[in-house]
Amino acid sequence: MWWIALRMLTGDRVKYLGLLFGIGFSTLLIAQQATLFVNLVGRAGNAVWAVPEADIWVMDAKAVAVDGTLPLPDTDLARVRGVPGVLWAVPHLREGGSVRTPEGKLERVSVIGVDDASLIGVPARFLEGSREALRAPGAIVVDEIGFRRIFPGKGARLGRELELNDRRAVVAGIVDVDPTFTSGVLFYTRYAQALEFVPGTRNRMSFILARAAPGEDPREVARRIEAATGLKARERTDWVGDNIDYVIAFTGIPFNFGITVALGFVVGVAIVGLTFSLFIRDNLRQFGALKAIGVTNGQIRVMVLVQSAWIALIGIAIGTGLAVVFIESFNNTDQFKGFFQPWQILAGTALVVALMVVATGMLAIRGVLRLDPAEVFR
Amino acid sequence: MSAVEIFGIVKGFGTGEARVQVLHGIDLAVEPGQLTYLVGESGSGKTTLISIIAGILRPDAGRVLLFGTDVHALPDRDLALFRLATIGFIFQQYNLIPTLTAAENAAVPLVAAGVPRAEAIARAEAVLERLGLGAMARRLPRQLSGGQQQRVAIARALVHAPRLVVCDEPTAALDAASGRRVMELLREVALEPQRAVIIVTHDNRVFGLADRIIGMEDGRILHDGTTMPPEELLA
Repeated sequence: MWWIALRMLTGDRVKYLGLLFGIGFSTLLIAQQATLFVNLVGRAGNAVWAVPEADIWVMDAKAVAVDGTLPLPDTDLARVRGVPGVLWAVPHLREGGSVRTPEGKLERVSVIGVDDASLIGVPARFLEGSREALRAPGAIVVDEIGFRRIFPGKGARLGRELELNDRRAVVAGIVDVDPTFTSGVLFYTRYAQALEFVPGTRNRMSFILARAAPGEDPREVARRIEAATGLKARERTDWVGDNIDYVIAFTGIPFNFGITVALGFVVGVAIVGLTFSLFIRDNLRQFGALKAIGVTNGQIRVMVLVQSAWIALIGIAIGTGLAVVFIESFNNTDQFKGFFQPWQILAGTALVVALMVVATGMLAIRGVLRLDPAEVFR
Repeated sequence: MSAVEIFGIVKGFGTGEARVQVLHGIDLAVEPGQLTYLVGESGSGKTTLISIIAGILRPDAGRVLLFGTDVHALPDRDLALFRLATIGFIFQQYNLIPTLTAAENAAVPLVAAGVPRAEAIARAEAVLERLGLGAMARRLPRQLSGGQQQRVAIARALVHAPRLVVCDEPTAALDAASGRRVMELLREVALEPQRAVIIVTHDNRVFGLADRIIGMEDGRILHDGTTMPPEELLA
């Protein structure tokens, strides 16, 4: 009976296309919004991923996120270096600053001070310039997106000058780095230079970046640092998790995206449920005739299941395909840079939408199952 | 063995004061090889009776034996499968599936019984050929005239070689000439020695084609013979 079910379904072009549109749109909305949410929240960890050399981040005991910490005294660096199992430890500064652009506009930037000697903390992917150029006085390395924001237009990029907190800064390199959650402009400079760019109090060091000695478990070393110094020390992936949890807990993002995902689900249920119900109702006499002839309720359930599975398969393929196309089309833009399509979201969306379609199909069929076959003789 | 034997069939609809008693203890036997007309005015109970005979409506009381099987003693699923194997239906409004071709529509009972698609359609095309619709087998119902759709419905009722064929007003939507042709066709292709055909009809122009005419009024059989019933039963 499966092919009869499919012919009944596909023969009514308007309802068939309506069902595919409903499922496809719902799938697209759910998958796309969930993907944006995951990628956006995932950006909370990008500042940490950008420093692959460090597997331990040490900070003030009350620190909650990369952008939410209290500065440490320089003496803490020596204390951390003295903890058994620490291979090396370097200072790391993250502070806000203001830049006057060539057009005279004000732009908020993040100044990131990296260890003067090792330059640990500078992103690896240089588009222009080099790490060593950072050793020049006033040198800064700017992220690609931030550079375009400050210096719109074309022309040579290295050697451009700007005013950072009333001090002259010179662009010595452009780096390709995934944006952080706040998506601000990123200026990398030497730690000592950063202290000059960003005036402040006696304690300036935001973090201490450390690496566990070979053979040592970074989590265990982090525990030792905490025990020895009273500071907070987090293994790198744990620290990424903390930052993501912070964003989820203290921003309205999950709620807003959750609303949109729920809306996609509701719209899908409404369109698919309504259209499926209309389709079944329009075919009620035919279903009644089939029941009179001797088609069992079980066979009719299978027919509707086949119809549901067919439209779910095609609709989900359309929706997930469009979601992938969207991400692939826009992940080179500044707004969506680094975004990717997790397969788990596609699989989860497909499962949710498939269940929705089957459930609406089974709801729509209730009238047929209750239909008295004698109705066709009346 | 009789094709149909019914004993004391009682059926009513509604409850309380709104209850309407439609059948009042009907007894009847129909033999194989007979073309039987069930006639009567609207509301006489003939559609209810044929629905009960065909196993698509449960009686309040009484028994229906089709070729010795007490059909209303069967659970719903077994009853559906019994109908599929034993009964061919021709509905007044044809009830063809609009998105299936004539051959595919005619093949539905075979497909429902598990016959492979290609074989079912081939058998359906053979029946359509007998009914003079061989050239129309690949057409959709909307591409056929009313009389042609009726013949597709007849093909669907006969394709699985049922032992009982029930028809509800098969000529109601046809003009006199087409109606007579359908009745002649039914007599020619549906009636076989081992098969009974019961037709509900108002159409007194075709009474001459019946082996037996049963006239009903107010849920009772008032006429049973080979001749036309009294005029008042056909009002």
